[in-house]
Amino acid sequence: MAEAFGLILRWDRELSVIVMLSLQVTLSAVALACLIGLPLGALVGAFRFPGRGVITVLLNALMGLPPVVVGLFVYLMLSAAGPLGVLGLLYTPTAMIIAQTILVTPIIAALTKQVVEDLHGEYAEQFASFGVTARTRVAALLWDARYSLLTVALAGFGRAVAEVGAVLIVGGNINHVTRVMTTTIALETSKGNLQLALALGVLLLGLAVVVNAGVMALRVSAVRAAYA
Amino acid sequence: MRDTVMESAQDCIASILTARSLGFAAGGQVLLQGIDVDIAKGKRTLIMGANGAGKSLFLRLLHGLLPPSFGTVRWHGERPAKRAQAMVFQRPVMLRRSVIANLRFALRVQGLGWRAREAGAREALEMAHLTEKARQPARLLSGGEQQRLAVARALVCDPEILFLDEPTSSLDPASTQMIEDLVNAAHARGVTVVMVTHDQGQARRMGDSVIFLHAGRLAEEGPRDQVLDAPRSEAARAWMAGRLYTRNDF
Ligand SMILES: Nc1ncnc2c1ncn2[C@@H]1O[C@H](COP(=O)(O)OP(=O)(O)OP(=O)(O)O)[C@@H](O)[C@H]1O
Ligand SMILES: [Mg+2]
Repeated sequence: MAEAFGLILRWDRELSVIVMLSLQVTLSAVALACLIGLPLGALVGAFRFPGRGVITVLLNALMGLPPVVVGLFVYLMLSAAGPLGVLGLLYTPTAMIIAQTILVTPIIAALTKQVVEDLHGEYAEQFASFGVTARTRVAALLWDARYSLLTVALAGFGRAVAEVGAVLIVGGNINHVTRVMTTTIALETSKGNLQLALALGVLLLGLAVVVNAGVMALRVSAVRAAYA
Repeated sequence: MRDTVMESAQDCIASILTARSLGFAAGGQVLLQGIDVDIAKGKRTLIMGANGAGKSLFLRLLHGLLPPSFGTVRWHGERPAKRAQAMVFQRPVMLRRSVIANLRFALRVQGLGWRAREAGAREALEMAHLTEKARQPARLLSGGEQQRLAVARALVCDPEILFLDEPTSSLDPASTQMIEDLVNAAHARGVTVVMVTHDQGQARRMGDSVIFLHAGRLAEEGPRDQVLDAPRSEAARAWMAGRLYTRNDF
Protein backbone atom coordinates (compact mmCIF):
# COMPACT_ATOMS: atom_id res chain seq x y z
CA MET A 1 0.00 0.00 0.00
CA ALA A 2 2.77 2.41 0.94
CA GLU A 3 4.46 1.61 -2.33
CA ALA A 4 1.27 2.35 -4.17
CA PHE A 5 1.13 5.82 -2.65
CA GLY A 6 4.81 6.20 -3.43
CA LEU A 7 4.02 5.54 -7.06
CA ILE A 8 1.35 8.20 -7.06
CA LEU A 9 3.61 10.73 -5.33
CA ARG A 10 6.45 10.09 -7.75
CA TRP A 11 4.00 10.53 -10.64
CA ASP A 12 6.17 9.10 -13.37
CA ARG A 13 5.56 9.40 -17.09
CA GLU A 14 4.08 5.94 -17.27
CA LEU A 15 1.35 6.84 -14.83
CA SER A 16 0.66 10.20 -16.35
CA VAL A 17 0.22 8.77 -19.85
CA ILE A 18 -2.34 6.28 -18.56
CA VAL A 19 -4.28 8.79 -16.51
CA MET A 20 -4.30 11.38 -19.28
CA LEU A 21 -5.57 8.91 -21.85
CA SER A 22 -8.27 7.78 -19.45
CA LEU A 23 -9.44 11.34 -18.97
CA GLN A 24 -9.18 12.16 -22.64
CA VAL A 25 -11.23 9.16 -23.74
CA THR A 26 -13.83 9.50 -21.01
CA LEU A 27 -14.30 13.24 -21.30
CA SER A 28 -14.60 13.05 -25.07
CA ALA A 29 -17.16 10.27 -24.79
CA VAL A 30 -19.17 12.14 -22.16
CA ALA A 31 -19.07 15.33 -24.22
CA LEU A 32 -20.32 13.49 -27.30
CA ALA A 33 -22.95 11.67 -25.29
CA CYS A 34 -24.16 15.02 -23.89
CA LEU A 35 -24.26 16.48 -27.37
CA ILE A 36 -26.63 13.70 -28.42
CA GLY A 37 -28.31 12.79 -25.16
CA LEU A 38 -29.26 16.23 -23.83
CA PRO A 39 -31.32 17.35 -26.83
CA LEU A 40 -32.74 13.87 -27.31
CA GLY A 41 -33.78 13.58 -23.67
CA ALA A 42 -35.16 17.11 -23.70
CA LEU A 43 -37.26 16.43 -26.78
CA VAL A 44 -38.73 13.27 -25.30
CA GLY A 45 -39.25 15.01 -21.95
CA ALA A 46 -40.89 18.16 -23.26
CA PHE A 47 -43.14 16.92 -26.07
CA ARG A 48 -45.87 14.33 -26.53
CA PHE A 49 -45.74 12.49 -29.81
CA PRO A 50 -46.53 9.01 -31.05
CA GLY A 51 -43.74 6.61 -30.21
CA ARG A 52 -42.72 8.58 -27.16
CA GLY A 53 -43.43 5.66 -24.84
CA VAL A 54 -41.42 3.28 -26.97
CA ILE A 55 -38.43 5.61 -27.01
CA THR A 56 -38.65 6.01 -23.25
CA VAL A 57 -38.70 2.27 -22.65
CA LEU A 58 -35.84 1.82 -25.09
CA LEU A 59 -33.71 4.49 -23.46
CA ASN A 60 -34.32 3.05 -20.02
CA ALA A 61 -33.46 -0.42 -21.23
CA LEU A 62 -30.30 0.79 -22.95
CA MET A 63 -29.16 2.42 -19.71
CA GLY A 64 -28.24 -1.03 -18.50
CA LEU A 65 -26.32 -2.09 -21.61
CA PRO A 66 -23.57 -4.57 -20.68
CA PRO A 67 -20.27 -2.90 -21.65
CA VAL A 68 -18.83 -6.07 -23.14
CA VAL A 69 -21.78 -6.31 -25.50
CA VAL A 70 -21.20 -2.74 -26.63
CA GLY A 71 -17.52 -3.56 -26.98
CA LEU A 72 -18.30 -6.58 -29.09
CA PHE A 73 -20.70 -4.61 -31.27
CA VAL A 74 -18.21 -1.82 -31.90
CA TYR A 75 -15.48 -4.41 -32.47
CA LEU A 76 -17.59 -6.10 -35.16
CA MET A 77 -18.30 -2.77 -36.82
CA LEU A 78 -14.67 -1.62 -36.81
CA SER A 79 -12.83 -4.89 -37.40
CA ALA A 80 -11.16 -5.33 -40.76
CA ALA A 81 -14.07 -7.44 -42.01
CA GLY A 82 -16.69 -5.10 -40.55
CA PRO A 83 -18.62 -2.38 -42.39
CA LEU A 84 -16.44 0.38 -40.97
CA GLY A 85 -13.22 -1.62 -41.15
CA VAL A 86 -11.70 0.60 -43.84
CA LEU A 87 -11.46 3.43 -41.33
CA GLY A 88 -8.83 1.46 -39.46
CA LEU A 89 -10.08 2.63 -36.11
CA LEU A 90 -9.86 -0.61 -34.19
CA TYR A 91 -7.40 -0.48 -31.29
CA THR A 92 -7.27 3.32 -31.28
CA PRO A 93 -8.51 5.77 -28.67
CA THR A 94 -11.19 6.81 -31.18
CA ALA A 95 -12.67 3.31 -31.05
CA MET A 96 -12.73 3.54 -27.27
CA ILE A 97 -14.49 6.89 -27.44
CA ILE A 98 -17.09 5.45 -29.80
CA ALA A 99 -17.78 2.50 -27.51
CA GLN A 100 -18.09 4.69 -24.42
CA THR A 101 -20.29 7.16 -26.21
CA ILE A 102 -22.70 4.37 -27.11
CA LEU A 103 -22.62 3.24 -23.52
CA VAL A 104 -23.20 6.64 -21.96
CA THR A 105 -25.63 8.30 -24.39
CA PRO A 106 -28.70 6.34 -23.22
CA ILE A 107 -27.86 7.18 -19.62
CA ILE A 108 -27.61 10.89 -20.36
CA ALA A 109 -30.74 10.83 -22.53
CA ALA A 110 -32.90 8.88 -20.10
CA LEU A 111 -31.90 10.93 -17.06
CA THR A 112 -32.26 14.17 -19.01
CA LYS A 113 -35.74 13.13 -20.08
CA GLN A 114 -36.74 12.67 -16.46
CA VAL A 115 -35.29 15.98 -15.31
CA VAL A 116 -36.77 17.93 -18.21
CA GLU A 117 -40.15 16.25 -17.90
CA ASP A 118 -40.41 17.25 -14.25
CA LEU A 119 -39.46 20.83 -14.95
CA HIS A 120 -41.79 20.99 -17.92
CA GLY A 121 -44.66 19.86 -15.72
CA GLU A 122 -44.03 23.00 -13.75
CA TYR A 123 -43.53 25.36 -16.70
CA ALA A 124 -45.95 23.95 -19.30
CA GLU A 125 -48.91 26.27 -18.72
CA GLN A 126 -46.78 29.36 -18.39
CA PHE A 127 -45.00 28.48 -21.63
CA ALA A 128 -48.30 27.88 -23.38
CA SER A 129 -49.48 31.23 -22.11
CA PHE A 130 -46.33 32.96 -23.38
CA GLY A 131 -46.71 31.13 -26.67
CA VAL A 132 -43.08 30.01 -26.75
CA THR A 133 -41.76 28.17 -29.78
CA ALA A 134 -40.65 24.56 -29.58
CA ARG A 135 -37.00 25.59 -29.82
CA THR A 136 -37.26 28.16 -27.05
CA ARG A 137 -39.04 25.63 -24.90
CA VAL A 138 -36.26 23.05 -25.19
CA ALA A 139 -33.53 25.63 -24.75
CA ALA A 140 -35.18 27.19 -21.70
CA LEU A 141 -35.84 23.83 -20.06
CA LEU A 142 -32.26 22.68 -20.59
CA TRP A 143 -30.91 25.96 -19.30
CA ASP A 144 -33.12 26.11 -16.22
CA ALA A 145 -32.36 22.48 -15.40
CA ARG A 146 -28.62 22.96 -15.86
CA TYR A 147 -27.66 22.13 -12.30
CA SER A 148 -29.60 18.89 -12.31
CA LEU A 149 -28.18 18.10 -15.72
CA LEU A 150 -24.68 18.52 -14.36
CA THR A 151 -25.40 15.59 -12.09
CA VAL A 152 -26.65 13.70 -15.11
CA ALA A 153 -23.39 14.31 -16.95
CA LEU A 154 -21.56 13.21 -13.84
CA ALA A 155 -23.46 9.94 -13.81
CA GLY A 156 -22.29 9.42 -17.38
CA PHE A 157 -18.72 10.28 -16.46
CA GLY A 158 -18.79 7.83 -13.56
CA ARG A 159 -20.05 5.05 -15.75
CA ALA A 160 -17.50 5.72 -18.49
CA VAL A 161 -14.40 6.23 -16.40
CA ALA A 162 -14.93 3.07 -14.37
CA GLU A 163 -15.76 0.87 -17.32
CA VAL A 164 -13.35 -1.88 -18.49
CA GLY A 165 -15.07 -4.35 -20.78
CA ALA A 166 -15.83 -2.22 -23.81
CA VAL A 167 -12.55 -0.30 -23.93
CA LEU A 168 -10.57 -3.48 -23.44
CA ILE A 169 -12.24 -5.16 -26.42
CA VAL A 170 -12.04 -2.24 -28.86
CA GLY A 171 -8.86 -0.66 -27.49
CA GLY A 172 -6.83 -3.77 -26.93
CA ASN A 173 -4.94 -2.34 -23.94
CA ILE A 174 -1.88 -1.45 -26.02
CA ASN A 175 0.86 0.15 -23.99
CA HIS A 176 1.11 3.93 -24.53
CA VAL A 177 -1.66 3.82 -27.10
CA THR A 178 -4.88 2.54 -25.65
CA ARG A 179 -3.97 1.66 -22.10
CA VAL A 180 -6.23 3.41 -19.63
CA MET A 181 -6.60 3.24 -15.87
CA THR A 182 -9.15 0.47 -15.70
CA THR A 183 -7.54 -1.77 -18.28
CA THR A 184 -4.18 -1.30 -16.63
CA ILE A 185 -5.61 -2.29 -13.28
CA ALA A 186 -7.04 -5.44 -14.83
CA LEU A 187 -3.78 -6.27 -16.55
CA GLU A 188 -1.41 -5.48 -13.68
CA THR A 189 -3.56 -7.36 -11.20
CA SER A 190 -3.48 -10.45 -13.37
CA LYS A 191 0.29 -10.08 -13.64
CA GLY A 192 0.56 -9.78 -9.87
CA ASN A 193 1.87 -6.21 -10.03
CA LEU A 194 -0.42 -5.02 -7.30
CA GLN A 195 1.34 -1.74 -6.50
CA LEU A 196 0.56 -0.13 -9.84
CA ALA A 197 -2.96 -1.59 -9.83
CA LEU A 198 -3.56 -0.25 -6.34
CA ALA A 199 -2.11 3.15 -7.18
CA LEU A 200 -4.44 3.47 -10.15
CA GLY A 201 -7.36 2.25 -8.09
CA VAL A 202 -6.68 4.93 -5.49
CA LEU A 203 -6.41 7.54 -8.24
CA LEU A 204 -9.67 6.41 -9.79
CA LEU A 205 -11.38 6.63 -6.45
CA GLY A 206 -9.87 10.04 -5.77
CA LEU A 207 -11.05 11.28 -9.15
CA ALA A 208 -14.59 10.16 -8.42
CA VAL A 209 -14.55 11.87 -5.03
CA VAL A 210 -13.16 15.13 -6.39
CA VAL A 211 -15.60 15.33 -9.30
CA ASN A 212 -18.55 14.45 -7.10
CA ALA A 213 -17.57 16.97 -4.47
CA GLY A 214 -17.27 19.67 -7.11
CA VAL A 215 -20.67 18.98 -8.57
CA MET A 216 -22.21 18.74 -5.15
CA ALA A 217 -20.81 22.12 -4.16
CA LEU A 218 -22.28 23.61 -7.31
CA ARG A 219 -25.64 22.03 -6.63
CA VAL A 220 -25.74 23.21 -3.06
CA SER A 221 -25.18 26.77 -4.16
CA ALA A 222 -27.81 26.33 -6.86
CA VAL A 223 -30.35 24.98 -4.41
CA ARG A 224 -29.61 27.86 -2.09
CA ALA A 225 -30.43 30.17 -4.98
CA ALA A 226 -33.59 28.14 -5.71
CA TYR A 227 -32.36 27.37 -9.18
CA ALA A 228 -32.45 23.61 -8.76
CA MET B 1 -68.75 31.65 -39.81
CA ARG B 2 -69.27 34.79 -41.85
CA ASP B 3 -72.89 34.86 -40.79
CA THR B 4 -71.98 34.76 -37.16
CA VAL B 5 -69.61 37.62 -37.59
CA MET B 6 -72.25 39.74 -39.33
CA GLU B 7 -74.87 38.80 -36.85
CA SER B 8 -72.79 39.92 -33.94
CA ALA B 9 -71.41 42.98 -35.67
CA GLN B 10 -73.02 45.07 -32.99
CA ASP B 11 -71.12 43.18 -30.30
CA CYS B 12 -67.88 43.33 -32.21
CA ILE B 13 -67.52 47.02 -31.68
CA ALA B 14 -67.77 46.69 -27.93
CA SER B 15 -66.50 43.23 -27.17
CA ILE B 16 -63.06 41.77 -27.67
CA LEU B 17 -63.90 38.22 -26.71
CA THR B 18 -67.17 36.31 -26.81
CA ALA B 19 -67.99 32.93 -25.34
CA ARG B 20 -70.97 31.09 -26.75
CA SER B 21 -72.45 28.00 -25.09
CA LEU B 22 -69.01 27.48 -23.68
CA GLY B 23 -68.45 24.31 -21.68
CA PHE B 24 -65.80 21.96 -20.51
CA ALA B 25 -65.93 18.34 -19.48
CA ALA B 26 -63.21 16.11 -18.11
CA GLY B 27 -63.19 12.65 -16.66
CA GLY B 28 -66.85 12.14 -17.57
CA GLN B 29 -67.85 15.19 -15.56
CA VAL B 30 -69.23 18.41 -16.95
CA LEU B 31 -67.32 21.08 -15.09
CA LEU B 32 -68.49 24.13 -16.97
CA GLN B 33 -71.49 24.54 -19.25
CA GLY B 34 -73.67 26.89 -21.21
CA ILE B 35 -71.68 30.04 -20.67
CA ASP B 36 -72.48 33.00 -22.88
CA VAL B 37 -70.56 36.14 -22.15
CA ASP B 38 -69.07 39.10 -23.97
CA ILE B 39 -65.86 40.53 -22.63
CA ALA B 40 -66.02 44.27 -23.21
CA LYS B 41 -63.01 45.79 -24.89
CA GLY B 42 -60.93 48.06 -22.72
CA LYS B 43 -63.02 47.29 -19.64
CA ARG B 44 -62.33 45.42 -16.44
CA THR B 45 -64.43 42.31 -16.09
CA LEU B 46 -64.31 40.59 -12.73
CA ILE B 47 -65.19 36.94 -12.27
CA MET B 48 -66.54 35.84 -8.92
CA GLY B 49 -67.89 32.63 -7.44
CA ALA B 50 -67.22 30.03 -4.80
CA ASN B 51 -64.25 27.67 -4.68
CA GLY B 52 -64.62 25.10 -7.41
CA ALA B 53 -67.23 27.12 -9.28
CA GLY B 54 -65.06 26.92 -12.38
CA LYS B 55 -63.47 30.35 -12.43
CA SER B 56 -59.94 29.21 -13.19
CA LEU B 57 -61.24 26.78 -15.77
CA PHE B 58 -63.24 29.54 -17.43
CA LEU B 59 -60.18 31.76 -17.54
CA ARG B 60 -58.10 28.97 -19.11
CA LEU B 61 -60.74 28.44 -21.78
CA LEU B 62 -60.89 32.15 -22.57
CA HIS B 63 -57.10 32.34 -22.72
CA GLY B 64 -56.99 29.33 -25.02
CA LEU B 65 -54.97 27.08 -22.75
CA LEU B 66 -57.69 24.44 -22.88
CA PRO B 67 -59.80 23.52 -25.88
CA PRO B 68 -63.51 23.91 -25.08
CA SER B 69 -65.53 20.70 -24.95
CA PHE B 70 -68.62 22.60 -26.04
CA GLY B 71 -69.23 25.96 -27.62
CA THR B 72 -66.75 28.53 -28.81
CA VAL B 73 -64.51 31.34 -27.72
CA ARG B 74 -64.24 33.98 -30.39
CA TRP B 75 -61.69 36.73 -30.47
CA HIS B 76 -62.42 40.10 -32.04
CA GLY B 77 -59.06 41.78 -31.56
CA GLU B 78 -57.02 43.48 -34.22
CA ARG B 79 -54.20 41.11 -33.40
CA PRO B 80 -55.72 37.70 -33.21
CA ALA B 81 -52.29 36.29 -32.46
CA LYS B 82 -52.02 34.20 -29.35
CA ARG B 83 -49.51 36.49 -27.77
CA ALA B 84 -51.81 39.46 -27.68
CA GLN B 85 -53.02 38.01 -24.40
CA ALA B 86 -51.25 37.20 -21.18
CA MET B 87 -52.21 35.48 -17.97
CA VAL B 88 -51.23 35.62 -14.34
CA PHE B 89 -51.93 32.25 -12.80
CA GLN B 90 -53.46 31.56 -9.42
CA ARG B 91 -50.12 30.10 -8.39
CA PRO B 92 -47.49 32.13 -10.21
CA VAL B 93 -44.90 30.12 -12.11
CA MET B 94 -41.48 31.65 -11.59
CA LEU B 95 -38.74 30.48 -13.91
CA ARG B 96 -35.65 29.26 -12.07
CA ARG B 97 -33.84 32.45 -12.87
CA SER B 98 -33.29 35.86 -11.44
CA VAL B 99 -36.10 38.38 -11.30
CA ILE B 100 -34.79 40.35 -14.25
CA ALA B 101 -34.12 37.18 -16.24
CA ASN B 102 -37.79 36.25 -15.85
CA LEU B 103 -38.72 39.55 -17.44
CA ARG B 104 -36.08 39.23 -20.14
CA PHE B 105 -37.42 35.81 -21.05
CA ALA B 106 -40.93 37.14 -21.61
CA LEU B 107 -39.50 39.95 -23.71
CA ARG B 108 -37.42 37.59 -25.77
CA VAL B 109 -40.47 35.46 -26.49
CA GLN B 110 -41.95 38.65 -28.00
CA GLY B 111 -39.01 38.65 -30.38
CA LEU B 112 -37.47 41.85 -29.04
CA GLY B 113 -33.81 42.64 -29.52
CA TRP B 114 -31.28 42.93 -26.75
CA ARG B 115 -31.58 46.68 -26.29
CA ALA B 116 -35.37 46.66 -26.17
CA ARG B 117 -35.27 43.74 -23.76
CA GLU B 118 -32.98 45.51 -21.33
CA ALA B 119 -35.02 48.70 -21.48
CA GLY B 120 -38.30 46.84 -21.12
CA ALA B 121 -37.06 44.76 -18.21
CA ARG B 122 -35.77 47.84 -16.37
CA GLU B 123 -39.01 49.67 -16.86
CA ALA B 124 -41.05 46.68 -15.68
CA LEU B 125 -38.85 46.33 -12.58
CA GLU B 126 -39.48 49.90 -11.66
CA MET B 127 -43.18 49.62 -12.28
CA ALA B 128 -43.37 46.58 -10.00
CA HIS B 129 -41.11 48.15 -7.35
CA LEU B 130 -38.64 45.31 -7.75
CA THR B 131 -35.58 47.17 -8.98
CA GLU B 132 -33.67 46.31 -5.81
CA LYS B 133 -34.45 42.64 -6.24
CA ALA B 134 -33.44 42.47 -9.89
CA ARG B 135 -30.61 39.99 -9.40
CA GLN B 136 -32.35 37.86 -6.79
CA PRO B 137 -33.63 34.40 -7.72
CA ALA B 138 -37.30 34.86 -8.54
CA ARG B 139 -38.32 31.87 -6.44
CA LEU B 140 -36.91 33.42 -3.30
CA LEU B 141 -39.21 36.43 -3.55
CA SER B 142 -42.06 36.73 -1.06
CA GLY B 143 -45.53 35.77 -2.20
CA GLY B 144 -46.51 39.36 -2.82
CA GLU B 145 -43.32 40.12 -4.71
CA GLN B 146 -43.81 37.03 -6.85
CA GLN B 147 -47.31 38.17 -7.74
CA ARG B 148 -45.99 41.60 -8.62
CA LEU B 149 -43.34 40.05 -10.82
CA ALA B 150 -45.94 37.78 -12.43
CA VAL B 151 -48.13 40.77 -13.26
CA ALA B 152 -45.18 42.79 -14.55
CA ARG B 153 -44.01 39.82 -16.61
CA ALA B 154 -47.45 39.42 -18.12
CA LEU B 155 -47.57 43.12 -18.94
CA VAL B 156 -44.24 43.19 -20.76
CA CYS B 157 -45.88 40.78 -23.20
CA ASP B 158 -47.85 43.84 -24.34
CA PRO B 159 -51.21 42.06 -24.19
CA GLU B 160 -54.50 43.32 -25.50
CA ILE B 161 -56.17 41.25 -22.82
CA LEU B 162 -54.72 40.54 -19.42
CA PHE B 163 -56.16 37.59 -17.50
CA LEU B 164 -55.53 37.42 -13.77
CA ASP B 165 -56.54 34.54 -11.53
CA GLU B 166 -56.94 35.80 -7.96
CA PRO B 167 -53.68 37.75 -8.03
CA THR B 168 -54.22 39.22 -4.57
CA SER B 169 -55.90 36.37 -2.73
CA SER B 170 -53.17 35.89 -0.14
CA LEU B 171 -51.69 39.37 -0.06
CA ASP B 172 -51.80 42.08 2.55
CA PRO B 173 -53.46 45.43 1.79
CA ALA B 174 -50.23 47.16 0.74
CA SER B 175 -49.31 44.41 -1.72
CA THR B 176 -52.88 44.25 -2.96
CA GLN B 177 -52.72 47.97 -3.59
CA MET B 178 -49.55 47.60 -5.65
CA ILE B 179 -51.08 44.86 -7.78
CA GLU B 180 -54.25 46.86 -8.31
CA ASP B 181 -52.16 49.88 -9.30
CA LEU B 182 -50.31 47.80 -11.89
CA VAL B 183 -53.54 46.43 -13.30
CA ASN B 184 -55.25 49.81 -13.31
CA ALA B 185 -52.29 51.41 -15.06
CA ALA B 186 -52.54 48.75 -17.76
CA HIS B 187 -56.27 49.36 -18.00
CA ALA B 188 -55.62 53.07 -18.39
CA ARG B 189 -53.39 52.25 -21.36
CA GLY B 190 -56.30 50.42 -22.96
CA VAL B 191 -55.63 46.85 -21.90
CA THR B 192 -58.74 44.74 -21.39
CA VAL B 193 -58.69 43.15 -17.95
CA VAL B 194 -60.36 39.89 -16.96
CA MET B 195 -59.74 39.08 -13.34
CA VAL B 196 -60.94 36.48 -10.88
CA THR B 197 -61.47 37.69 -7.34
CA HIS B 198 -62.99 36.52 -4.09
CA ASP B 199 -62.97 39.96 -2.65
CA GLN B 200 -66.11 42.09 -2.89
CA GLY B 201 -64.17 45.18 -1.97
CA GLN B 202 -61.83 44.58 -4.87
CA ALA B 203 -64.76 43.96 -7.19
CA ARG B 204 -66.21 47.27 -6.12
CA ARG B 205 -62.92 49.11 -6.56
CA MET B 206 -61.92 47.63 -9.87
CA GLY B 207 -64.86 46.02 -11.61
CA ASP B 208 -66.60 47.59 -14.56
CA SER B 209 -68.72 44.49 -14.87
CA VAL B 210 -68.99 41.29 -12.89
CA ILE B 211 -69.52 37.70 -13.95
CA PHE B 212 -70.76 35.38 -11.23
CA LEU B 213 -70.26 31.65 -11.66
CA HIS B 214 -71.96 28.96 -9.64
CA ALA B 215 -71.31 25.23 -9.94
CA GLY B 216 -69.97 25.49 -13.47
CA ARG B 217 -72.74 27.72 -14.75
CA LEU B 218 -73.15 31.40 -15.34
CA ALA B 219 -75.31 32.52 -12.46
CA GLU B 220 -75.29 36.18 -13.27
CA GLU B 221 -73.57 38.80 -15.33
CA GLY B 222 -73.90 42.54 -15.53
CA PRO B 223 -72.59 45.96 -14.52
CA ARG B 224 -70.75 45.93 -11.22
CA ASP B 225 -73.30 47.79 -9.12
CA GLN B 226 -76.13 45.67 -10.32
CA VAL B 227 -74.44 42.35 -9.57
CA LEU B 228 -72.95 43.46 -6.28
CA ASP B 229 -75.87 45.47 -4.91
CA ALA B 230 -78.93 43.93 -6.51
CA PRO B 231 -78.05 40.40 -7.52
CA ARG B 232 -80.87 38.48 -9.11
CA SER B 233 -79.50 34.97 -8.80
CA GLU B 234 -79.79 33.07 -5.54
CA ALA B 235 -76.10 32.15 -5.54
CA ALA B 236 -74.88 35.70 -6.06
CA ARG B 237 -77.36 37.00 -3.50
CA ALA B 238 -76.13 34.52 -0.91
CA TRP B 239 -72.51 35.33 -1.70
CA MET B 240 -72.94 39.08 -1.50
CA ALA B 241 -74.87 38.72 1.74
CA GLY B 242 -72.01 36.70 3.14
CA ARG B 243 -74.18 33.63 3.66
CA LEU B 244 -72.59 30.23 3.57
CA TYR B 245 -73.83 28.03 0.77
CA THR B 246 -72.74 24.95 -1.12
CA ARG B 247 -72.90 24.12 -4.81
CA ASN B 248 -76.01 22.00 -4.21
CA ASP B 249 -78.01 24.73 -2.55
CA PHE B 250 -79.39 26.36 -5.66
N1 LIG C 1 -58.22 19.81 -16.17
C1 LIG C 1 -59.17 19.40 -15.29
N2 LIG C 1 -59.56 18.11 -15.28
C2 LIG C 1 -60.51 17.69 -14.40
N3 LIG C 1 -61.10 18.47 -13.52
C3 LIG C 1 -60.77 19.77 -13.48
C4 LIG C 1 -59.78 20.30 -14.36
N4 LIG C 1 -59.64 21.61 -14.09
C5 LIG C 1 -60.49 21.87 -13.10
N5 LIG C 1 -61.19 20.78 -12.72
C6 LIG C 1 -62.27 20.74 -11.71
O1 LIG C 1 -63.21 21.73 -12.07
C7 LIG C 1 -63.73 22.37 -10.93
C8 LIG C 1 -63.55 23.85 -11.05
O2 LIG C 1 -62.17 24.16 -10.90
P1 LIG C 1 -61.59 25.64 -10.93
O3 LIG C 1 -60.14 25.54 -10.69
O4 LIG C 1 -62.03 26.31 -12.15
O5 LIG C 1 -62.30 26.29 -9.67
P2 LIG C 1 -62.20 27.79 -9.16
O6 LIG C 1 -63.53 28.39 -9.34
O7 LIG C 1 -61.05 28.47 -9.79
O8 LIG C 1 -61.95 27.55 -7.62
P3 LIG C 1 -60.97 28.35 -6.60
O9 LIG C 1 -61.71 29.51 -6.12
O10 LIG C 1 -60.74 27.36 -5.52
O11 LIG C 1 -59.72 28.69 -7.36
C9 LIG C 1 -63.02 21.77 -9.74
O12 LIG C 1 -63.89 20.84 -9.13
C10 LIG C 1 -61.81 21.08 -10.32
O13 LIG C 1 -61.50 19.93 -9.60
MG1 LIG D 1 -59.23 29.07 -9.22
